[in-house]
Amino acid sequence: MTMNSEGRPTAPSAPSQGVGRKTFTGNRGLQIEEALLFEVGRVDNCGVDLEDIGDFDSRLGGLEREREIGLPGLSEPEAMRHYVRLSQKNYAIDMGVYPLGSCTMKHNPRLNEKTVRFAGLADIHPLQPQSTVPGAIEVIGQLAHWLKVLTGMPAVAMSPKAGAHGELCGMMAITAALKARGERRQFVLVPESAHGTNPATAALLGYKIRAIPAREDGTVDLEVVKENLSDDVAAIMLTNPNTCGLFEKDIVEIADAVHAAGAYFYCDGANLNAIMGKARPGDLGVDCMHINLHKTFSTPHGGGGPGAGPVVFSERLAPFVPLPFILDGKLVEDVTEAAKGTGEGSQTFGRMTAFHGQMGMFVRALTYMISHGADGLLQISEDAVLNANYVRVCLQDIMSLPFGERPCMHEALFDDSFLEGSGVTTLDFAKAMIDEGYHPMTMYFPLVVHGAMLIEPTESESKAGLDLFVAALRDLVFAAKAGDLERFTGAPHLAPLRRVDETRAARQPILRWTPPVAAEAAE
Amino acid sequence: MRYLPLTDSDRQAMLERIGVDQINDLFADIPKDKLLADLVDLPLAVGELQVERQLAALAAKNVAAGSVPFFVGGGAYRHHVPATVDHLIQRSEFLTAYTPYQPEISQGTLQTLYEFQTQVALLTGMEVANASMYDGSTGCAEAVLMAQRITKRPKAILSGTLHPHYRAVVENMSEFSGHDLVSLEGAPGAVEDIISLIDDQTACIVVQSPGFYGDLVNLAPLAEAAHAAGALLIAVVTETISFGAIKSPGEMGADIVVAEGQSIGNGLSFGGPYVGLFATRQKYLRQMPGRICGETVDADGQRCFALTLSTREQHIRREKATSNICTNSGLCCLAFSIHMSLLGEVGLRKLAQLNHRNAILLADQLEKISGVELMTGAFFNEFTIKVPGNAATIIEALAAKNVLGGIPVSRLEPGRDDLADLIVVAATEINTNEDRAAFVVALNEVLS
Ligand SMILES: Cc1ncc(COP(=O)(O)O)c(C=O)c1O
Repeated sequence: MTMNSEGRPTAPSAPSQGVGRKTFTGNRGLQIEEALLFEVGRVDNCGVDLEDIGDFDSRLGGLEREREIGLPGLSEPEAMRHYVRLSQKNYAIDMGVYPLGSCTMKHNPRLNEKTVRFAGLADIHPLQPQSTVPGAIEVIGQLAHWLKVLTGMPAVAMSPKAGAHGELCGMMAITAALKARGERRQFVLVPESAHGTNPATAALLGYKIRAIPAREDGTVDLEVVKENLSDDVAAIMLTNPNTCGLFEKDIVEIADAVHAAGAYFYCDGANLNAIMGKARPGDLGVDCMHINLHKTFSTPHGGGGPGAGPVVFSERLAPFVPLPFILDGKLVEDVTEAAKGTGEGSQTFGRMTAFHGQMGMFVRALTYMISHGADGLLQISEDAVLNANYVRVCLQDIMSLPFGERPCMHEALFDDSFLEGSGVTTLDFAKAMIDEGYHPMTMYFPLVVHGAMLIEPTESESKAGLDLFVAALRDLVFAAKAGDLERFTGAPHLAPLRRVDETRAARQPILRWTPPVAAEAAE
Repeated sequence: MRYLPLTDSDRQAMLERIGVDQINDLFADIPKDKLLADLVDLPLAVGELQVERQLAALAAKNVAAGSVPFFVGGGAYRHHVPATVDHLIQRSEFLTAYTPYQPEISQGTLQTLYEFQTQVALLTGMEVANASMYDGSTGCAEAVLMAQRITKRPKAILSGTLHPHYRAVVENMSEFSGHDLVSLEGAPGAVEDIISLIDDQTACIVVQSPGFYGDLVNLAPLAEAAHAAGALLIAVVTETISFGAIKSPGEMGADIVVAEGQSIGNGLSFGGPYVGLFATRQKYLRQMPGRICGETVDADGQRCFALTLSTREQHIRREKATSNICTNSGLCCLAFSIHMSLLGEVGLRKLAQLNHRNAILLADQLEKISGVELMTGAFFNEFTIKVPGNAATIIEALAAKNVLGGIPVSRLEPGRDDLADLIVVAATEINTNEDRAAFVVALNEVLS
């Protein structure tokens, strides 16, 4: 079997005979094949009607485009079919359980999609005079307030574009704060269970990574943290609840130790969904934390983005937020203006991005927060944790929990030891879930357990939905143990595609469409 | 709560199944003294109607671009987006899918990404493109880091044509990553001598065309000079429609092209979310940041697509990754790609002509106003004017007359007194004769 660098098998299994009969078109009832845009579109076709303006003297300074671009066009009905057919080859949270651990695939309320399209919020330019957009600045200010209260942190940077960008922002603030003390430190402590963006972020800023192993129980060992701290350590980047779905119970002591060494505590807040209204990071000694609005606050993932990653800051780091920030109802956009103040932003380190951040995500997240209120947000966390524990308890007798039968937070982590000797891998197991109509859980992450399967049901699942999900997984486990290999190694059997050859994609990269070589030219 | 399916009896039954008495038993790992006893100090849940009213009230305080004659650009442009685009991107299967990690049930997203990458490569005149960055400005900072990795040289030189926010983002990144940077001062129509600054430590020169002030730059001699010195040319474009009228950066020799794709398919949205286009030469592929979608086959030999070359990325390489980017601009790529496929070659070229023509008409009319000077020679749909007086004050006065007449350069270059009388003005296909006339009348009034 071929493996990729994660040790994850990628080669396809033997081709199947196919399920059911072949069709002339290759379509299968409602499942309709769709060729590439470049195969269905024509360069002389167009789906928009634009005014004909005739000739005029251009002022392009001799830089006129002469070559054809080669862009195919589609009429509107063709475009509708192209994209509707393609959409039907996607799984989505609106279709069923999407238990991707660490990703928080929760319901995306459509009210959010409505408010974000209000002309006064959607159709405004980031550089039109501030006097013409007080409502927009208020949206950002209100969301900032909700985030600060919810986390118990006094300052927030709203501009980061996603979680990883928020990490970059937080680590820059830490670096700036150290610099203001006349220090440049070399190391950042990152637990082995951390998301890849944590070490990647620290490395971008020139830090060396000191990996902190997980303890037997899946959490970080205070003593090991202490051993690794020194006056050359800038920060620890700790996820809490961590990526094993566990709350770091020594967090306060870890924060104290970090601060005693003159370092800062960066908390990866991707898992905030478990503790909203239960505990505030500000009370736990956190210095800065990014919040993924596209996880906890339901802004849609959209097949990979966009997101938004505001970062909350402690008193210690508050002066070091990036531009722009809101002060007294105004957007402060430049350094000189910022330096006039005290506290938040007074020692701003500069800009993370053009303009002011992901407004479209802010409006959705604020809509979501106002909808839930303090009581609803707390209920979210309780239900998310309840659902995850329910799944855990319903599966723990036949799947394997790497850290024993103890409560988890919003996600339940299993390893692959229950599959030992079955010939079924985590990947096979995940692909078999597809045939049952489920999106697989997060696989092979975190790296600290073997063949990880991380299940995050979120608060959006009903009990009945979870009962069926659990029953399906149990059935799969029995099948694996009973040696029904074909159900796994050949899976998926019933998806629009059989197993995809990811190794080939990487070995012989074809990253764009190119016109087929004309027959004569090829001869 | 309308979004939460569990009822109290469900909750009770589940707690029993789990074997705990109360929900807080599941939160036992949180230190007791840190558990909140009360609700946080925020309003309580409200119904859909009430939420809608609150948000509508906030929206009502703003002047929507579509409600007034509107000429603001500077890296974000108001264009007409066909209704089809917004309808399609709101389909559940696109809107509520995650990153396509499971290709067997994500071909919709994957195929559209592959199509997007191809469109971007064609537009920029490059060989390969990734599946998007957050936006143009962050893409620009990534491009500089990429050039530094490729050339193993520390220095980047930023042209004065670069959008001041982009410059600030690159400056910030360079400062923290410990790279050298030379930033040239911008000014409209400026002929800068970037070539003489290129030395054997230079990783790249970064040039925007159309520039922030609207000027078009012939990139070919710059590419040649950079290449002769072993450096790369990074071309930046903030108005994607311009690709329909102007020679592509690839054709002029650029090594990396970074663009803000917002103009196609995506609304203004007060600055985000937008979509960063990122394209380069095949030979630099392994140093490219971001996700990439590639073609492959399934076990039955059927053509399909999957995310690939992930050994560059953070989830595999961790601290050795080319970038830390994870979530990107997925849905904005889709909007871009749908709009672009509706336009096609014919539509994009026509749209570009329309934009250019409208800008010429506007420039001609503004230039006739006494005291107003046109500062840009060759331009696409944006140019700079000099006004007799403080530009920021004039823009406020215009806004009071319900005309959003451009960007006072001082907003982005607050330290530069020499630019305080400049306004960057954009014209697109949305502007009518009446809009232009209203602008001229208002500006005349404000100046007199
Ligand atoms: C634990 C954790 N940290 C950081 C991130 C990065 O966030 P983003 O994808 O928004 O950049 C993620 C999500 O992918 C995550 O799960």
